[in-house]
Amino acid sequence: MKPRRITRLLGTELPVAAILVFALFPWIWMVLSSFRPEAELTRTPITLLPQSLTLANHIALLARTSFLQNLRDSLVVATGAVLLGLALSLPAAYAFSRFRFRGRQALRVQFLAINMFPVVVLILPLFILMRQLGLLDTYVALIAGHATFTLPFAIWLMTSYLEAIPVELDQAAAIDGATRAQAMRLVILPLTLPGLVAVGIYIFISSWNEYLFALMLAGQRVRTVTVALQMFIGENQIQWGLLMAGGTVVALPATLLFLAAQKRLVGGLTGGAVKG
Amino acid sequence: MAARRAATLRAATPWALLAPALLVTSVLVMIPAIETVWMSLHKVSLFRPHVRPFVALANYAHALADPVFWASLATSLVWVVGAVGLQFLLGLATALLLNRSFAWRGVARALVVIPWALPSVIIGLVWTWMLDFNLGVLNVIGLRLGLLSHAVPWLAQPGTALAAVILAVVWQGFPFFAVTLLAGLQAISADLYEAAALDGAGGWARFRHVTLPGLAGVIATSLLLRTIWVANSLDLILVMTGGGPGTATQTLPLHAFLTAWSGGDYGQGSALAVILTLLLLGVVVTYLVRSRAE
Repeated sequence: MKPRRITRLLGTELPVAAILVFALFPWIWMVLSSFRPEAELTRTPITLLPQSLTLANHIALLARTSFLQNLRDSLVVATGAVLLGLALSLPAAYAFSRFRFRGRQALRVQFLAINMFPVVVLILPLFILMRQLGLLDTYVALIAGHATFTLPFAIWLMTSYLEAIPVELDQAAAIDGATRAQAMRLVILPLTLPGLVAVGIYIFISSWNEYLFALMLAGQRVRTVTVALQMFIGENQIQWGLLMAGGTVVALPATLLFLAAQKRLVGGLTGGAVKG
Repeated sequence: MAARRAATLRAATPWALLAPALLVTSVLVMIPAIETVWMSLHKVSLFRPHVRPFVALANYAHALADPVFWASLATSLVWVVGAVGLQFLLGLATALLLNRSFAWRGVARALVVIPWALPSVIIGLVWTWMLDFNLGVLNVIGLRLGLLSHAVPWLAQPGTALAAVILAVVWQGFPFFAVTLLAGLQAISADLYEAAALDGAGGWARFRHVTLPGLAGVIATSLLLRTIWVANSLDLILVMTGGGPGTATQTLPLHAFLTAWSGGDYGQGSALAVILTLLLLGVVVTYLVRSRAE
């Protein structure tokens, strides 16, 4: 038994530990740096271990910058994108999973093809379009943009969750006299709720993390956290402590949501990938 | 009559359900994409927005004659092959390791995805901070361990900037491969491994003849998705180097972006964007043709 234990330690656990160090170190370094005084961060030669810990960076971030406002903007945009994205993707996914119609396969591919267009291809005309509509620098512009670019994957995930629900349930509901809409509302929707939550989380994280749309289609009156963080750099001298505090605060909700939804997201993703 | 109406209704239902999604994607994706093609055939400048003469393929000819285009294409190639290749190899190694059983496997699986959840902007900032010449932790560690003889300005010199940005994107992207390939591994039947072991296959032979064929579908799909994503992405580079120093990290999408926005030349930028789309389309078509052939 002993040699096997050693083999497992050296051959599996040690390499996994090394990969985890690589995966977690930048994150830990960011969080750690955010709690160190600015003077300590910029004193050369730098020390690896903190000499003292402080909340000064976080307090400065909330008190001296517009960060609270940026957090609110991000929250409004991401929530709006989730609602719009679910309203668009759920019916579409239902159509793909419950109906067999001409052009179904072509349409599914077409939705995925949207992901292929480089953002640079779309951002220029979108900028012009939003300016013409007077929507530049508004919540609507970002919500519409984020809901659209997450739509292909949202539909893909939603379809794979709906397909996991047996059609026999629809049929049973129909025999009991339920209309299609009733069957959807009373039978399918409750069963697909975890999937719906997972898709919602995917859209939320994507919108929360997005940068280019948020920069180009807004940025003045509506400024999300990613744009705000990047703009801290432009303002005279880089304050790393402040930046790392901002990074920590922004990364937290996305990380927690991702950990919560991880299993379902990967399941939905690879369910399609394996079949694909 | 009623039966026919019911049939029409049935046929129309899926389209009615798809209509909102189709409408939104038409307005926000298809029409802008067509507009980009239109702009690429005209001289459209930020500074003279109302004069838009038709110039046929002049923007494309100009792009192909520009050495900066070819340089950014080469940079894109290194960026895509380097980033996707390393993400894949590290992701595959991680998946194979996490597929074995050990006590804290669940924790390791959960934690390894953390880089994937972070915004590119934050990843860019953190790596810029860690790679900093004076204050970066990587230089300090490198010096202490004796791996470096002097501090290196990773992002400020052309020779190392691209490698440094690739390091950051590998960190961001390898968990994607790890989780998708791990799911693929778990779908391979244990019987196959037993049969191979009975036939006297060693570890490498089992990997070569059972694992790889079993994973082929997942590998192909995940490589395609990731290649498209990495080829299009520019936020990480934009945050870390802005394409510099000089044009050392200027990939094709970034070149298109900077031509349009900093240069104010919408027509030229659009032509570059269209070229990028066509190149990616080539990759996708090759993939589809090949996967159909198999």
